[in-house]
Amino acid sequence: MKNVICHILKRIGASLATIFVISLIIFIGVELLPGDVADTVLGQSATPETVEAFRKELKLDLPPHIRYVAWLKNFVQGDFGNSLANKRPVAELISWRFSNTLFLAGTTALIAVPLAILLGILAAFYRNTLYDKVISTTTLSFISFPEFFVAYILIALFSVKMELFPSIAMIDPHMGLGRKFYTILLPALTLTCVVTAHMMRQTRAAIINVLASAYIEMAEIKGIRRLRIIIHHAFPNSLSPVINVVAVNLAYLVVGVVIVEVVFVYPGLGQLLVDSVAKRDLPVVQASGLIFSITYIGLNLLADVLSMLSNPKLRQSQF
Amino acid sequence: MLSLLRQSPLSARIGLGIVLFNCLVAVFAPLIAPYEETAVVGDVWETVSAQFFLGTDHIGRDLFTRMVYGARNTIALAFITTALSFMFGSLLGFVAAVKGGWIDQLLSRLIDVIMSFPTLIFALMILSVLGSSIPTLIFTIALLDSTRVYRLSRAVAMDIEVMEFVEVARLRGEGLWWIIRHEILPNALPPLTAEFGLRFCFVFLFIASLSFLGLGIQPPLADWGGMVRENAGAITFGIFTPLIPAGAIAFLTVGVNMIVDWFLHLSSGLHE
Repeated sequence: MKNVICHILKRIGASLATIFVISLIIFIGVELLPGDVADTVLGQSATPETVEAFRKELKLDLPPHIRYVAWLKNFVQGDFGNSLANKRPVAELISWRFSNTLFLAGTTALIAVPLAILLGILAAFYRNTLYDKVISTTTLSFISFPEFFVAYILIALFSVKMELFPSIAMIDPHMGLGRKFYTILLPALTLTCVVTAHMMRQTRAAIINVLASAYIEMAEIKGIRRLRIIIHHAFPNSLSPVINVVAVNLAYLVVGVVIVEVVFVYPGLGQLLVDSVAKRDLPVVQASGLIFSITYIGLNLLADVLSMLSNPKLRQSQF
Repeated sequence: MLSLLRQSPLSARIGLGIVLFNCLVAVFAPLIAPYEETAVVGDVWETVSAQFFLGTDHIGRDLFTRMVYGARNTIALAFITTALSFMFGSLLGFVAAVKGGWIDQLLSRLIDVIMSFPTLIFALMILSVLGSSIPTLIFTIALLDSTRVYRLSRAVAMDIEVMEFVEVARLRGEGLWWIIRHEILPNALPPLTAEFGLRFCFVFLFIASLSFLGLGIQPPLADWGGMVRENAGAITFGIFTPLIPAGAIAFLTVGVNMIVDWFLHLSSGLHE
């Protein structure tokens, strides 16, 4: 057990170092801007006086390392500065949208994770049959499709032809939970299609891998039914890779929402990021980029820690 | 080569057909397209007719013409980017494997950091600072994608590097570049070729996604991702114009994937 804790601490340290480097990259990236933020935002027609005043306001007259420390300190305290586009505090813009993004990603995970694991087990159970081939081909095509293609097909089917669901997923804070779920069902389904394909393939591979081991053969020779072998013998042992797959795909999900949010005009962090990139609203871009990265790295960290904990080999190893 | 093609499974042949078709359309775009790339020739979102094979787009340009030129712009850009990414990535990967020591450590840790950063977010941040132009787009995506190529080519070169013939070349006193060009590269080529297909798919989808977000290839240049974006409004009126460029993107990616699958199957030996 001591080994595992040691491994986990090392992994957490590595993630913190990565986040630190990324915050540096994000900060330096903006520093490298030809001219500086003040010139870019105010444009060429601005008088030297306004540029100077604006520079003071953004504290651009201080040396870079002092500004970096101040920026990071403020970020940790939840103060992300003001948006350049509409002067409102970035924190205020981001918090509601980030919770919306997490809501969409969470709903998708609720649908996709059980579905993918079930399909993966079934595909492993009926491997090399017609069912397996159909599932494999379908998921492979979903992986090759761009997200917006899946999204527009779903819109064309469910909201234009059948008129079941809205094609625009506008939600506001006063909506009831049931109404919210109804509104975001189409974007959640789109994401489900994309994520399930990855997860299901990897689950299938993990279980087939375990099925090739000696104790499964032993169980087969003893005459235990195949379904029982899969549920009692194969699945617990393939739990570690499966958990890893799920967590990595959730990390992908948090980032993958960007395009789906734009298609469905969903008020999430991804859409805000894209809008701000187009407007070159750098404080918003910096803050939302860093939040996305931290979430992504955090979920990847979770994936590694969980698979370390659920791997009996690692729990007992001596290194 | 021909006998290899004769043995290929049906899926690989279909894939090859799809890719060839797209390439031919891209190369001969000006001959195939009935109108000019940016000419407004009809009404907004006209339906399919003898005059407009696929109807017209959101400002009345012929959609078929835009699709043909879009093939040219999108595929060429993705191809150049993938080629550049392979040049960066494999060169650095080979150098890291052959040199080893602190160069390898430094490069690998740097690449680890870039890879732990979600690609789309990284690209968006760079584009927000530098603005979106075609050279920026190519370099950004090539840089981000070369991290994956680096990983693979370093691993492949590590295996080759311990072979006797590399040792002999070293003892003979050959320099770094000679070893990379004459010993590593020829032996690393087969696994890297299959990877090229995969990376092309990824880059192609990535550029399409960025264009769809309005941050990739800028109008009035035709490209498939941007065309989906421009015509997105049509879908709520029950006009399926945006599905045509989106479908074309999916079609080409599936085609390339079919070939890659066959390649991977060949290079993995006969496991079934």
